[in-house]
Amino acid sequence: MLDIHDLSCQRGDRKLFGQVSVSVPTGRLLSIEGSNGSGKTTLLRAICGLTPPDQGAIRWHGRAIAEQRETFTAGLIYIGHRIGLKDDLTPMENIQAAMQMSGHPVTAALARIALEAIGVEPACHRLPTRVLSEGQQRRVALARLWCSEQPLWVLDEPFTALDARSSQLLRERLQRQVERGGIVVAATHQAMGLDPTAVQQLRLGE
Amino acid sequence: MMQGGVAGTVFGLIQRDLLLTWRRRADVATTLLFFVIVATLFPLGVGPEPAVLRTIAPGVLWIAALLSCFLSLGRLFATDYQDGTLEQMLLTPHPLAALVLGKIAAHWLVSGLPVVVLSPLIGLQFGLSGGAIAILTFSLLLGTPTLSLVGSIGAALTLGIRGGNLLSALLVLPLFIPVLIFGAGAVASSESGMGAEGHLSLLGACVVLAIPFAPWATAAALRIAVE
Repeated sequence: MLDIHDLSCQRGDRKLFGQVSVSVPTGRLLSIEGSNGSGKTTLLRAICGLTPPDQGAIRWHGRAIAEQRETFTAGLIYIGHRIGLKDDLTPMENIQAAMQMSGHPVTAALARIALEAIGVEPACHRLPTRVLSEGQQRRVALARLWCSEQPLWVLDEPFTALDARSSQLLRERLQRQVERGGIVVAATHQAMGLDPTAVQQLRLGE
Repeated sequence: MMQGGVAGTVFGLIQRDLLLTWRRRADVATTLLFFVIVATLFPLGVGPEPAVLRTIAPGVLWIAALLSCFLSLGRLFATDYQDGTLEQMLLTPHPLAALVLGKIAAHWLVSGLPVVVLSPLIGLQFGLSGGAIAILTFSLLLGTPTLSLVGSIGAALTLGIRGGNLLSALLVLPLFIPVLIFGAGAVASSESGMGAEGHLSLLGACVVLAIPFAPWATAAALRIAVE
């Protein structure tokens, strides 16, 4: 259970958002909406513990995340605006390096399955990531979700640059994550198209 | 699973950085060539007087090593910062200082170690005796890890700042002074018959001090940089 309590963030003198409070029980997706510049990314980064909020607290299973950084990050996947891929590594190497870094190393076979699950063709697996198109690169980054056992996913605009088919694959994957009792927090501009009973909405900037 | 532990992750990170450097090996070649060329310019500028060359050789080699190390420091965290892998590094269940130490080790392997390996050749060019070359090489072997360790603090502090590289020079180069003094002094003091042990022990002390302290300071600076 993810508990956001009375959260406020400022950028310089400008208040991005204030007094945001929301509780996300397991098996739910929290969709964060709002116009550009309303602080969606800042909120996501605060949830991960990257940006400390000016006020308020974030609790994971009842304890503040700062007190249990190790446990909290072990159960977290964050895919941000900067997707964390190395240009010079192949998609396979990228997945393996990213999973190794997050403390959940995967075999090459598993990485291959994950890449194919989001529609990165085998022909691309051995190319440097920099030659792939933007949409393909986003897919490589998202492939981590297919080898993840982590209960909390924090995704910044996950549908950006994806074609219809990959969007559908991602939706199915998010649906499966909430069905098995995980939590997804995603910033998005578009409707998720998930089972509405599993979706909670939070609008920023109102 | 053993591989998922801190050691596995740190070795994974070192492996990844070495692989990335191999894919961009021109960058390493550039800094090494810089080291060779700077060291070679001195005999041309100062003149071919053997006694003079022998006296300035340790200092010249050390300054060239210091500058070439500094040149490659800019790349230590900059690409990770730009492509978002630095954020991922901060979100691991492992202590950030351990990962930073891994990155520093990878940096030293591709920028410090080649300098150490090349230095006997450059030493010959200055007409140094066999004993002096051995001491010079050993002093570089002991001292260059400190350069990478201390330099990483500057690289992290100036991350994401416009003109950060130049600022990093102002921050870091003064901190390199003790290493330069002890390193270059080792050869001179052994030539004068006092023995190099004192200088070499001080270089060793520097690296022993920097190994626990520098990664910790760098980790703190990185957290601020991505905030």
